[in-house]
Amino acid sequence: MSLAGLSMRDAIRRSRVPPALWVGASLTLFWIVLAIGAPIIAPYDPIAQDLTRTLSGPSLAHPLGTDNFGRDVLSRIIWGTRLDLAMGVIGVAVPFAIGCSIGLAAGHAGGITDMLLMRVLDVTISFPFLVLVIAIVSLLGPGLTSFFIAVSLVGWVSYARLLRSQVLVLNHRDFIQAARALGYGPLRIMLRHLLPNAIAPAIIFSMSDIVLVILLGSSLSYLGLGAQPPAAEWGVMIAEGQTFMASAWWISFFPGLAIVGIALGFSLLGDGLGEWLGIGE
Amino acid sequence: MDRFKFVLTRPIQLIPVLLGVSVISFVLVHSIPGDPVRILLGTRATAEVIAKVRAQYGLDEPIWVQYLLFLKNLAQGEFGRSIIYKTPVLDLVGTRISPTVFLLVYGVLLSVAIALPLAVVSAARRGSWADHAIRLYSTVGLGLPTFWLGIVLLIVFSLRLGLFPVSGWGQGFLGHLHHLFLPALSIAIALSPILIRNLRASLIAEMDSDHVIAARSRGVPQARIFARHVLPHALIPTVTLLGVNIGWLIGGTVVVEQVFSVPGLGSLMVSSIFARDYLVIQAITLAFAAAVIMTNFLVDIAIVALDPRIAL
Repeated sequence: MSLAGLSMRDAIRRSRVPPALWVGASLTLFWIVLAIGAPIIAPYDPIAQDLTRTLSGPSLAHPLGTDNFGRDVLSRIIWGTRLDLAMGVIGVAVPFAIGCSIGLAAGHAGGITDMLLMRVLDVTISFPFLVLVIAIVSLLGPGLTSFFIAVSLVGWVSYARLLRSQVLVLNHRDFIQAARALGYGPLRIMLRHLLPNAIAPAIIFSMSDIVLVILLGSSLSYLGLGAQPPAAEWGVMIAEGQTFMASAWWISFFPGLAIVGIALGFSLLGDGLGEWLGIGE
Repeated sequence: MDRFKFVLTRPIQLIPVLLGVSVISFVLVHSIPGDPVRILLGTRATAEVIAKVRAQYGLDEPIWVQYLLFLKNLAQGEFGRSIIYKTPVLDLVGTRISPTVFLLVYGVLLSVAIALPLAVVSAARRGSWADHAIRLYSTVGLGLPTFWLGIVLLIVFSLRLGLFPVSGWGQGFLGHLHHLFLPALSIAIALSPILIRNLRASLIAEMDSDHVIAARSRGVPQARIFARHVLPHALIPTVTLLGVNIGWLIGGTVVVEQVFSVPGLGSLMVSSIFARDYLVIQAITLAFAAAVIMTNFLVDIAIVALDPRIAL
């Protein structure tokens, strides 16, 4: 009886999983598999040049055509998944960890720590994200490492703000008051009581943030400030293809579709998670 | 009276932000790899000349004196000279500012022109195929890279159909409108999904609100309800959203200017990075930050003007 009831409840729960979550998760999984399996899946070496087959259009041998060095566009896109996915994941994970810690600490401590954080937030959001990242990259020199440093320096503020606002609400809840009254240390209250209850919006935001960071990273690479040629990165491929756009549109076109596809996966995943957990944007 | 006070006190609240922005800009140029004087004078300069120039620029002073000097120069509009163009940075930025502002305004207007009808249709015909199609567009559109969109539009409308020029920004107002149409459209298409999502949600919330139901029960015609009761209220969050997204928009123009070779601030910034023209980068970064702060200030005021309910 209780077992049957449990499985019923389970079934209802499962049926409530929004379609956006399923589609988004599958799409994201697809890109992850592509990134991990690139050496097996990709038909050609992504940087091997074949000067007898330059700028040839989509065909059976090269489904998405070849570029000006005769490199297979499909293979470059598949290998590019590694770089672009890494840009999104690392470029969000580091700011996520830094921002959540700072937001948690400031919200819990309050007072002057909190005030200082808010001022830093005000200043950081006064700069256009891309412009500040470009300015930092200009100091560190072009490259993916500079990109990660710049994104970490700038990106944490959103997470700090999200966590802080959650903690400010939680501070007044009975169980937090009780934990304080019981004399628990600040670390225990923050990690065991505040964090689990405050983290959900940050996780959902991180999904759309991955989209933003992938767009940012590929934009910087397009401008020549991120990943450097001959790396198979989608923004780099689009930039290289622009020279030949009049005769060989496929070089720029297909990497862009890949960006749209990976972004769609994470957007749907974020939307679906939010819907599922009952948290709006 | 309170409203008046708000307009007056708000700029005072901005002072710490402006100071912070200036500190970051100062630190940015101060952490240039290598000695700025050596960069300025080249490698052949003698030690005495270098020392003289250091003293002249105040580089031998303690760091906080240098910062105050920097603030003083800022207040006087003295941004230094570009090492590449050999002209004052302020003049250089001045000549490049118009295409960028034109492109930004053009992009925002086009994006509203795209988003408004789509959001209205989507909210009014909730659950219809049109609603589903528009929502799909607003989800897929979130991941559209503006630079790629620009190249696709270039290939189709400039190279294949020959309707628009490939680069530049043209002569006269009509020339600008024509030259910057595709760049502005790239920005507009990339911005519209966020606007549609937001506007659709607030339209639906308004349509279900008490005052609209009351108007409907009084027999006010649907079209009038929509124009007088729903739309004006639903637009308020969208104005805020545009203000919040101004930073994103500026980032978009930086990239799009590069795609279409528009002679604006963004393409100047990118070329300055490769030329290591740091004072130009600093000035443009400051200009963009100022634009963000100004826009948000104006949006705050606009919201107060639009919505009498907002408590100050």
